[in-house]
Amino acid sequence: MSNEAVLQAESVLATHHDAHGEHHDHHHQETFISKYVFSMDHKMIAKQFLITGMVWAVIGGLMSVLFRLQLGYPDTSFPWLEDLLGKFWVEKGHITAQGYYALVTTHGTVLVFFVLTAGLSGTFANFLIPLQVGARDMASPFMNMLSYWFFFAASVVMVSSIFVETGPFSGGWTAYPPLSALGDASPGSKTGMDLWLVAMALFVVSSLLGGLNYIATVLNMRTKGMSMTRLPLTIWALFFTAVLGVLSFPVLLSGFILLIFDRNFGTSFYLSDIFLTTTNTALPNEGGSAILFQHLFWFLGHPEVYIILLPAMGMVSEILSVNSRKPIFGYMAMIGSLFAIAILAFLVWAHHMFVTGLNPFLGSIFVLLTLLIAVPSAIKVFNWLTTLWRGNIRFTPAMMFAIGFVSLFISGGLTGIWLGNSALDIHLHDTYFVIAHFHIVMGVASMFGMFAGVYHWYPKMYGRYLNTSLGYIHFWISIVGAYLIFWPMHYEGLAGMPRRYYDYSIWESFKNFGELNRFISTVAMIVFAAQLLFIANFFYSIWKGRKVTTLNPYGSNTLEWTTPINPGHGNWVGEIPEVHRWPYDYGKDGKEYTSQTTPVGADESHH
Amino acid sequence: MTTFLIIAVIVLFFVVIFQIAKVSEYVSVIKGEENARKQNNKINAFLMLAFMILGLIGVWYCNELLFKKTLLAYPAASNHGEKVDEMLWLTIWVTGSVFVATQILLFWFSFKYQESDKRKVFFFPHSNKLEALWTVVPAIVLAVLVIIGLKNWFSFTGEAPDNALQVEVVGKQFGWVFRYEGADKKFGKKYYKLINDVDNPLGLIWNDNAELNLKADDKSHDDVVLTQTMYIVKDRPVKLIIGSRDVIHDVGLTHFRMKMDAVPGIPTTMWFTPKYTTAEMKKITNNPNFAYEISCDQMCGNGHYSMKGNIEVVTQAEFDKWMASKTPAYVSAYPEKFQKADTTKPANTALSTAVKSVVKN
Repeated sequence: MSNEAVLQAESVLATHHDAHGEHHDHHHQETFISKYVFSMDHKMIAKQFLITGMVWAVIGGLMSVLFRLQLGYPDTSFPWLEDLLGKFWVEKGHITAQGYYALVTTHGTVLVFFVLTAGLSGTFANFLIPLQVGARDMASPFMNMLSYWFFFAASVVMVSSIFVETGPFSGGWTAYPPLSALGDASPGSKTGMDLWLVAMALFVVSSLLGGLNYIATVLNMRTKGMSMTRLPLTIWALFFTAVLGVLSFPVLLSGFILLIFDRNFGTSFYLSDIFLTTTNTALPNEGGSAILFQHLFWFLGHPEVYIILLPAMGMVSEILSVNSRKPIFGYMAMIGSLFAIAILAFLVWAHHMFVTGLNPFLGSIFVLLTLLIAVPSAIKVFNWLTTLWRGNIRFTPAMMFAIGFVSLFISGGLTGIWLGNSALDIHLHDTYFVIAHFHIVMGVASMFGMFAGVYHWYPKMYGRYLNTSLGYIHFWISIVGAYLIFWPMHYEGLAGMPRRYYDYSIWESFKNFGELNRFISTVAMIVFAAQLLFIANFFYSIWKGRKVTTLNPYGSNTLEWTTPINPGHGNWVGEIPEVHRWPYDYGKDGKEYTSQTTPVGADESHH
Repeated sequence: MTTFLIIAVIVLFFVVIFQIAKVSEYVSVIKGEENARKQNNKINAFLMLAFMILGLIGVWYCNELLFKKTLLAYPAASNHGEKVDEMLWLTIWVTGSVFVATQILLFWFSFKYQESDKRKVFFFPHSNKLEALWTVVPAIVLAVLVIIGLKNWFSFTGEAPDNALQVEVVGKQFGWVFRYEGADKKFGKKYYKLINDVDNPLGLIWNDNAELNLKADDKSHDDVVLTQTMYIVKDRPVKLIIGSRDVIHDVGLTHFRMKMDAVPGIPTTMWFTPKYTTAEMKKITNNPNFAYEISCDQMCGNGHYSMKGNIEVVTQAEFDKWMASKTPAYVSAYPEKFQKADTTKPANTALSTAVKSVVKN
């Protein structure tokens, strides 16, 4: 008997439900195209977002490995890289300055928008909202499909920008004009920037189509008995995420449109008093304000970090509670703090602009509002800690990534208190301290939230488990690696080392970190390799993973675990279940868990 | 060849890990999944604890290795910088203690409350008292930090003292241009369309220009325009008037703990009082090559990393001597106008006399 047979064995129960699922599918008469390509099933769209996000994560991650190669090994020559990438990127075995800045910029854009926005909330909002609120699909499955395909189009344009002659945009992911407005100021601001703007505009459309759908679904499509205060925290978080996106992405788009006008139609929204050395000419534009763009950009840009972070927070809350076998501590406080964060997210954008010459009084208001965010963040952290306290913790890979998320959120969140205080920001702004801060709190932490979500809901997505041993290896390399990479960067920042420098050798003040940079780069490569292990695990397990044999493998209360193991389009066979309670009755009255669909008993205790 | 070998080894390593993980899954199926899961749970709970302990040791070790390379290892070079460092230390202590406490709780709870058949979980959905506690305490602590921060912020961004030395700093791709007021203690007007890199890098309005409808500003005739190195005076406040010729740059003065963007079309300002001359700082840092460097801290194009300027902090006497050796940009641009000056006198004196006469006219 082969081991495969052992792994593939199915229980009678599962077969029974599968049969139902198939029976249901027959009504649709799905073709390959309608099922896998232009699918309107929210679960398939979620998988499309996830896999596209993963492709982007590999591209973006690989870019970081390449520019870390330059930072860590500035004196080593890599002739094979030149053969591989060509002269634009690598010359004489060294990454070129323009290549370096193109890599840095694309890495940032891709990771922030394509991976941690589309890949994260695109995946889990699509997958979890209908399943957890008890809906057959999104409010508008067609719009949902469009949302993915706009994202796909954005991806195609963004990829194509990498191959144009003058290179992709290379002025940093924040794309501040005049640098981003003037092709003569930087080669990357020529065709590459036009493509960047088109890709981002398509992305905004995708994001709005998705967001409106998520909001409509959460508000209108909840099953009977599913009041707003019975929603799992994942849904609350995804709901606030969608609201943030819908209210702030249009502002970003407006900023981009003005930029497109300045670039192509001779307007002066952002341009004034410019003399270009490269062409030795003074431009005719007068009266514009370069700072206006920054206001428009950060009005999205700051909510954006919460668009990235909130879904991770929601999933982590759910996963911590399920695997501690204990209710989330302070459910209402968790919603309240999400709400507070969502509101404050709109009122703090100018803390990215303390050193732009902002009016000091205005700056002081932004200091106050920024540091206020630490209060709801502290509530969340302490509530998570209390959720663990006196639980009965099962270390599934998802749970470990959730714990890792809390650890990283603490580490990165605390340095936000430094940077939010404008007097300190003057010193630390645009140094490696900032890099360390936002990579830990937004980048790696949200990645951890995403991994937690993938490990946790993979059985629901594919009816199979990911390999847990690989999951553990993945977790330990990632968390140790993340701290080894980003913790020492705080020290580089405290030495004043500026970010976005291609080479530090001419700087007396910053050149003594060569050894540390080499160390960081080496660890970054190892951590990147570990992520490939995860990807191998992901695709291998889709077809070969251990099969799920029970409906509710984690003993979880939420509705997605009441669907068949491989739910068809429409999710539930027959009636959608009715909900009678909140989702966190774990360990109540001596019962390990009580599904939301269980009616409240007469003798049940109140909480 | 070695590259291929390395790649081969890495690929092999991957395959091995993957196979081991697969095998461990089969083994767990044969041994009984529940047992295997429980064993894994114990191992990971222990690793959580180990990670915490090793991690905290790592934090300490990292500090041992790197602290001396940070700016906190020696005193800040400006009055504002001293305040920044004070604030930094307070913030480090506050956030540092929260960091240690919460990380210990997180990983200790993970270890302590690992799954056990004996444990009955504590159904604890909320507690108003606890939640109020961790709303109010952080709010109070943050209020203190905000108050200290804003006090400093307003003093840093407030008006410079009257005796401040004024210097204009202008960024361009990829370098810095400095302007001093000259004998009249006033900056002359400039207009960006007059810029030329041969003799007028800031576009000072020296002459009437009918085409651009500009009137000459005499105050610009004695302005001294320099590149590379800016001189400022120890213990004398300096006010920088910051601008840019093309894209956004940033005047980063890490030793003075100051930073301000250079924005085309919108002048910004920054002031501080240097505490140590460059020579003194060389002794303090024990580095004979020490230099106050101006780093561009805002992405400004492919040469961003090389956009460096220098500051020499000197005593007032040294400064006066240095200043006297400088020729106004106008004078350098039109040397023929000043030919009639007495050639027996040292050149710079002749020129400054010439300038005075120009200014009077």
